[in-house]
Amino acid sequence: MTKYRVNKTKHVDQTKTVSFDFDGKSYHGFEGDTLASALLSNGVHLVGRSFKYHRPRGIMSCGSEEPNAICQINEDTDLTEPNVRATEIELYEGLKASSQNCWPSVNFDIGGINNFISSFIPAGFYYKTFMWPKSFWKKIYEPLIRWSAGLGKSPTKPDPELYDHKHVHCDVLIIGGGISGIIASKIAAKNNFKTILIEDKNILGGSTIFQKNENYKINDKYSGEWIYEEIAELKKLDNITIKTRTSLAAYHSYNYLLAKENISDHLPLDKRNGGIRQRLWKIRADKVIVATGAIERPLVFNNNDRPGIMLSNSVKKYLDFYGVSCGLNNVIFTNNDSAYETAVSLKEKGISVEIIDIRKKSNSKIVKNAEQLGVKIYWNSTVVNTFGLRKINSIEIMNLSEDGSNVVGDKNRINCDCLAISGGWTPMVHMHTQSGGKLDFREIDQTFIPNEIDKNHINVGSCNGDFELEEIINNTNKKVKNFLKVSETEFDNTSVLNSKELDKRNIWLLPNYISEGKCKSFIDFQNDSTAKDIKLALREGFKSIEHVKRYTTTGMATDQGKLSNMHALGIIADTAGVKMGTLGTTTFRPPFTPLTFGSIVGRSVGNFFDITRKTSIHEWHIQNDAKFENVGQWKRPWYYPINEEGLHDAVQRESKAARDSAGILDASTLGKIDIQGTDASEFLNRVYTNAWSKLGIGKCRYGLMLNEDGMVYDDGVTTRLGENHYLMTTTTGGAANVLSKLEDYLQTEWPELDVYLTSVTDHYSTASICGPNSKKILTKIFPDKDFSDDAFPHMSYQNGKIDEINCRIMRISFTGELSYEINIESKFGKSLWEKCIEAGKEFKITPYGTETMHLLRAEKGFIIVGQDTDGTMTPIDLQMDWIVSKKKYDFIGKRSLYRSDTIREDRKQLVGLLTDDPNEILEEGAQIVSDMSKKPVEMIGHVTSSYFSPNLNKSIALAVVKSGKKLNGQKLIVPMENKNINVTVSESVFLDKENKRINA
Amino acid sequence: MFLINCPYCGERDQSEFSCGGEAHIVRPKQPTELSDDQWAEYLFMRKNIKGVQFERWNHAHGCRKWFNMVRDTSNDKIHAVYKMGEKPPVE
Ligand SMILES: [Zn+2]
Repeated sequence: MTKYRVNKTKHVDQTKTVSFDFDGKSYHGFEGDTLASALLSNGVHLVGRSFKYHRPRGIMSCGSEEPNAICQINEDTDLTEPNVRATEIELYEGLKASSQNCWPSVNFDIGGINNFISSFIPAGFYYKTFMWPKSFWKKIYEPLIRWSAGLGKSPTKPDPELYDHKHVHCDVLIIGGGISGIIASKIAAKNNFKTILIEDKNILGGSTIFQKNENYKINDKYSGEWIYEEIAELKKLDNITIKTRTSLAAYHSYNYLLAKENISDHLPLDKRNGGIRQRLWKIRADKVIVATGAIERPLVFNNNDRPGIMLSNSVKKYLDFYGVSCGLNNVIFTNNDSAYETAVSLKEKGISVEIIDIRKKSNSKIVKNAEQLGVKIYWNSTVVNTFGLRKINSIEIMNLSEDGSNVVGDKNRINCDCLAISGGWTPMVHMHTQSGGKLDFREIDQTFIPNEIDKNHINVGSCNGDFELEEIINNTNKKVKNFLKVSETEFDNTSVLNSKELDKRNIWLLPNYISEGKCKSFIDFQNDSTAKDIKLALREGFKSIEHVKRYTTTGMATDQGKLSNMHALGIIADTAGVKMGTLGTTTFRPPFTPLTFGSIVGRSVGNFFDITRKTSIHEWHIQNDAKFENVGQWKRPWYYPINEEGLHDAVQRESKAARDSAGILDASTLGKIDIQGTDASEFLNRVYTNAWSKLGIGKCRYGLMLNEDGMVYDDGVTTRLGENHYLMTTTTGGAANVLSKLEDYLQTEWPELDVYLTSVTDHYSTASICGPNSKKILTKIFPDKDFSDDAFPHMSYQNGKIDEINCRIMRISFTGELSYEINIESKFGKSLWEKCIEAGKEFKITPYGTETMHLLRAEKGFIIVGQDTDGTMTPIDLQMDWIVSKKKYDFIGKRSLYRSDTIREDRKQLVGLLTDDPNEILEEGAQIVSDMSKKPVEMIGHVTSSYFSPNLNKSIALAVVKSGKKLNGQKLIVPMENKNINVTVSESVFLDKENKRINA
Repeated sequence: MFLINCPYCGERDQSEFSCGGEAHIVRPKQPTELSDDQWAEYLFMRKNIKGVQFERWNHAHGCRKWFNMVRDTSNDKIHAVYKMGEKPPVE
């Protein structure tokens, strides 16, 4: 055993040795240790360097508030993780940890030079120093900051571990398994509430579990023993789920909470077995009881950041819980009674300890106890300086003046290897405020405590401002009884003995004989902000606490200001001469402690990151070497290369084949909405710009849908299947939105209409066959059917049968070719497709993808909503006046078509563009100008679609251009990076203007 | 994360719903009779107040029904939920 392991406890098993590495050196600890307690047991305090000045820093606390002991663990493995608090990670065999933020080593740190030039890097130095010259930013400042201010390294390999999400509901959720949380849990579970208790440590009992002091007794037992028995009973109850190693991350409104459970982080790497590492619990609780306790405050004095300066109650926990004495020659520096418990614990174990108390006296029982044990107490005194390079070795103290604003008398030097500091307690109100709760300021001990108005949550114990054992037990019992409407509990007649604190004194910034400018009195240890920085920010005019915080970076480190916020506020209040309660606090935002990305995303990684939708014909596309493109969540064949063909060549070949003989497209992804009801026709009249009442049964019609602002929203062909039955198709990407929009109108504006909408997109697969030979192919597939133009004209539909399977055949065209679409139940989609391919073989039927489809429709000047339109195009802008009914009284967007803005003649309008050089292909998105001489050059539009047409043997493009309708035949310019391309405005229909091919 | 009491399904998580903006803005029955300004008032103008607000919500990942909700935007308290076509509760 090392000389610092002075005590045997039931929480650390000293028969089980655990070896670990820190900064490349091997050490031993025991099962039950944290990395921090194991390091301390080896006398290691120095664990890192501060962020800005690179000052040596040591372990300061024993929990999530730890600002200094931040490590990178398991470096060079795929499980490496930065920013792990040594105080929270449980020790396991083979753990490898290293200091962050220091190079080349924690003992010799080049960045430490910042410490000597610190007067040049005051508050806001990032904003001031690195502002100019601007050209320095990218090459000099940013690399410098990134190099010197490393906050760990992110893993470079994929995370091999699994993460999980779980949704749970409960009657009562208790956050925190300390004494008040245990009492609340017992009451809840025993009164038939379905209860969940979460606790971030691996064992319950909070700081009571290691309490063994004559002055703190419950029912005549040491409070530590009493709670031990309570926990044992609690674990036997039926109604409760106890989750340890589970920390609350966020408390949202309506009692929706997120908690992260560590499942395997405490296991050696070889025992993790690829199971789940962390689980994010998403809890909806009927009632929430917050029992998160309090955090000890540090004291702010000169050089208060040396390794070996620790929070007093943490020193006690290391001693009484882990059996580790942080120093052999301890000094306690306090402004309150709680630190005397640490002194008594140390003294009882024969370890040297002295106390410096800024108060003039205290007559409480615990103080008397310390005095009786022979602990020397320096009253009315303060520490003015500390010494020791890598670990504290001595301090200097002085007496305080009567009002505490100054120091008086001589300096007195005391040797020590650990300085335990205590500035009182701060209730952890984070959860209360995250839930939307407000705070009240309590003058007597300068704390913010919850102001409860929400009926569905309460705060109990020290997070509610109850710091003394008797208060905690009685108030918790009383509050929980009220909250859960319970009349009697086992805690009603608990007898509690505790020392009561009678004398208080608080000084936010302790005075010094050294001038303020030369003092390094740290407030935020991790971000290196000092009292001087706060005062400078105030002098420079920052008044709001939120501004001071950002300017000085106080409270902005990974500990989120758990230790620093109160002192920052106190010093602002003192300096500005205002009451602290009027300043308010900064906003406490989730997460309370950092979450891993893994726990946030859970199982939604890799293939599960987003849904992939595939048509029933997908397998065939893969077998035929299709390249895919994402359209929304759909995977659509983009083109089908043959023999190493590139995109261009494949598309040229596919396009030519579709016009010369036959092509086939998987059109299953188009949105399909089944519309039924006696008012279906009227409904279509209202949602499309054109008229629908006279569409015969068995006929199809193209429709354009607008937003109420008159802009084109979606388009597609709708087929009348029966008197009161239509099948609407939408764009692939717009399907879900169109359905919601239509539902919205039906439910909210036109509830009188008898119309029912059902999405049937996934129900049918669609093969679209086009080209001059398509009719022959269809005749082969449906030998009994008459496909003559008279029997089956363009824009009509008929039912058909393939073997025994019903299908719908629509003669519609998006390519301008003679074209048919066959819809069949999805499960038969692939066999339909194969049948079409088989039947088309003799005509060299060519499967084509989205790229060819886009090219073919562009040759015909058909728009694609979302490509040629962008939410600012009316049908008039698209030169589609023909589809806007003049007769209909109203339809969605009609009134907007003659607003002053939409009738402007200089709106951007859709036109065709032909390049003067027919082989030059314009880039989609390229800007268009008419006059290059007038600077700045006015951009009058842009290219929306552009292709080389193999059927016309020239380049064609669609574009939106200001006043485009008037520009037909005019020359424009498309300026590119290294040349200007001359173009001529044309009509937007390039091929078959007479529409002959459709009946070819 | 709200807990929203869908008038058709009961209490469900907010993630099942989507908000459709201010409620009780009725689409004019005779849009063609309106001046540009009147139409613009319907089309564009929405309140965004701190305090009690009337909103449209849709149980998008549930029953797909639209309904109205009275919510205090300052503290997210939901005061009432009622079906489309029903009169808003008087405070
Ligand atoms: Zn519902």
